[in-house]
Amino acid sequence: MSTQEPFTIEQFYKFLGQRKLMAGKCTRCGKIHLPPRPLCDECFSQEFEWTEVSGKGKLLTYSIIHVAPQQFQGMAPYAVGIIKLENGIKIPGMIAGATQEQLKIGMDLTIDFGTCNTAQPWPQWPRYCFKRWSSSSKRKIRQKKGSKTEFR
Amino acid sequence: MNGKPLVSIVSAGLSKFGKQEGLYARELFAQAVKEAFDRCPRLEPKRDIKAMFVGHMGESYEHQGHTGSTVADWAGLLNIPATRTEAACASSGAALRSGIYAVLSGLADVVLVGGVEKMTHRSTAEVTEYLAMASDYPFEQWHGITFPGLYALMATAHLHDYGTTERQMAMVAVKNHYHGNLNPKAHMQKEITVEKALSSRVVASPLKLYDCSLITDGASCVILTKPEQAGKFTDSPVHIVGSGQASDTIGLYERKSFTSLLSAKLAANTAYGMAAVKPEEVDVAEIHDCFTISEIMAYEDLGFCAAGDGGKLIESGETRLGRGIPVNTSGGLKAKGHPVGATGTAQAYEMYLQLTEQADKRQVKDARVGLTHNVGGSGATATVHIYRSAL
Repeated sequence: MSTQEPFTIEQFYKFLGQRKLMAGKCTRCGKIHLPPRPLCDECFSQEFEWTEVSGKGKLLTYSIIHVAPQQFQGMAPYAVGIIKLENGIKIPGMIAGATQEQLKIGMDLTIDFGTCNTAQPWPQWPRYCFKRWSSSSKRKIRQKKGSKTEFR
Repeated sequence: MNGKPLVSIVSAGLSKFGKQEGLYARELFAQAVKEAFDRCPRLEPKRDIKAMFVGHMGESYEHQGHTGSTVADWAGLLNIPATRTEAACASSGAALRSGIYAVLSGLADVVLVGGVEKMTHRSTAEVTEYLAMASDYPFEQWHGITFPGLYALMATAHLHDYGTTERQMAMVAVKNHYHGNLNPKAHMQKEITVEKALSSRVVASPLKLYDCSLITDGASCVILTKPEQAGKFTDSPVHIVGSGQASDTIGLYERKSFTSLLSAKLAANTAYGMAAVKPEEVDVAEIHDCFTISEIMAYEDLGFCAAGDGGKLIESGETRLGRGIPVNTSGGLKAKGHPVGATGTAQAYEMYLQLTEQADKRQVKDARVGLTHNVGGSGATATVHIYRSAL
């Protein structure tokens, strides 16, 4: 997938508003940049194409933020973490509605577009957060069948 | 360079650290330079000092940028070139390094390097926001990840990967409060217990209030010159024999490891190599304990123990005054306080005292080799310096 859009952080967030997680791929060395960059830090190429990235990944580390900056005070406490996506790229984000007890390193998470809005207008661009990957309905079905609850 | 002195410290000064109501940063800086001038009667500041570098992180605190010239004026040093250096919490580590560049280049024989920050007049929420500016804006700050939050992410990984415990983190706080109680200029002058630290409120799990350094006002400086000229100003200089600085990604999330700071390891390797010093030869160290987990990680990054053994090292007591490798005898960022721009050269001030045997109740016996480790943000900058006593 390739468009004329500039390979900028602003454009990355604009794609999020279209519910797409997009990365820049260097057409010379193949390095995937998320966030996208205008200059490849590997080979200094300025030639890129957009590539859509899977929003599924695993939790590498996490914290529950209790003391928040002014803009996020209305949300505290809230969970944040760093997620390793299926293609190996790492990105940070909030983890929607998760408590300390629910968070485990290695657990499966998936991106959730635009659900982590703050009460304040900052930041104003579309954003993302993460949620647990097995939806509650899926888990219910598995439990009904008598199988173990799996967080795949 | 095989351990030859790069530059020599001929004097040093530190303001009182703590809550300094009614004072501007420039006024705090004047306290620090006054001490440095008084300690060095053979120095004629207006005649001898040829340049100045001053670490200062945030113009938000006082709505005041352009710090170099501002504090040069209040130090009575106009019209020398005076430049602010900014590398978040390593701003004055970077000032120190800039001073070394200046002296080694031959452009300035005597250079004053220092740092300052005035923070306590702001609310905790404001300070939290300003400190977060040292992290990545569109991916970390935007997602509500605070500065303690970044170190909390490292702590969660360290606890998970190596079995480090919250109790071991609390022991860092207990040790540094013990040392701070021996330092009349420290912000906190009281000892705490492991239980008190463990029962304090959560800031960003697993970090609690007593895992975090203090919001402090303060200023610091040291005066550098060429080693061959040091004798003109003092009979007991401290030589800087190694200097390392490295950068890393602004976002923690892009790094290969969350349990080690690559920038600190690289800076340490450079400094150790230049100084021809091995980690086990270090007698005293000031380490960037902005959070208790960062001191534990630094033990590992600096080679005081193997990767993953930092928790065991604090538990062994070996980093306490009177033991094998005393760390943060000043009280560190945890108890002496962390006026972010002032911290790097405040560490150098402590080394100056220790290596000239002027550290009083907290003097490390026979200290000859010292090390300072100053980290900016979540590790996008680190500076490491190694010092040798001329005694």
